[in-house]
Amino acid sequence: MVEVTAKYFAAFRERAGRGSESVATNAATTGDLFAELARRHGFADPQMRCKVAVNDELVEWTTRLENGDVVLFFPPVAGG
Amino acid sequence: VAREPFRITRTPIDPEAQKQTLIADSAGAFVGFEGWVRDHNDGGAVNALEYEVHELIAQNEGEAILAAARERFAVLEVACEHRVGKLEIGECAVWVGVSAAHRGAAFDACRYIIDEIKRRLPIWKKEHYVSGESGWVNCADPTLGAMSSRDRSS
Repeated sequence: MVEVTAKYFAAFRERAGRGSESVATNAATTGDLFAELARRHGFADPQMRCKVAVNDELVEWTTRLENGDVVLFFPPVAGG
Repeated sequence: VAREPFRITRTPIDPEAQKQTLIADSAGAFVGFEGWVRDHNDGGAVNALEYEVHELIAQNEGEAILAAARERFAVLEVACEHRVGKLEIGECAVWVGVSAAHRGAAFDACRYIIDEIKRRLPIWKKEHYVSGESGWVNCADPTLGAMSSRDRSS
């Protein structure tokens, strides 16, 4: 069990109704946590189209979570 | 590592001023790209756009893209500016400029940079429609079941 802060952006923030929350989870990786939170908040975008960052650095969906991590969930990007 | 001339801005982009920064005596070619806010997307009439950004990661990714372009193509100077916040129809949302000795590398590098910018930067675009509704471009709308009609790269 780890305790992390999840932060949501753009469509995810609106869908979740909040910009961030504390999460106590058994998820081992960023991908596992995304699946858990997507179920909780009804995020519909497939993981492969989204991005994740830990402590302000982009990481993989296989990155392991550590206590105190700040995990940023990015919905599909649309710059330009 | 030298900082690359990539910038996120909340004020209007001035393409002509940007271009001046790329001038070099050995340059035989300049290619510029401007992304503008258009009045429609996927059949919907658009009033305005709102760009959201994660500024630190966007800055790091933007600089990495420009550095990669310098390595991959025979260019002299590269630069890019992306605007965020609320934009009106016709405004410039993104500018890319490349100078090179020859046109081939300038075209190729410019195309590479804008494609990578759209693919990698944590920037999101919310469209405000004439109908009063709004929607995030490229994102699935769970209320519509599957993917929304806007779930497409622009």
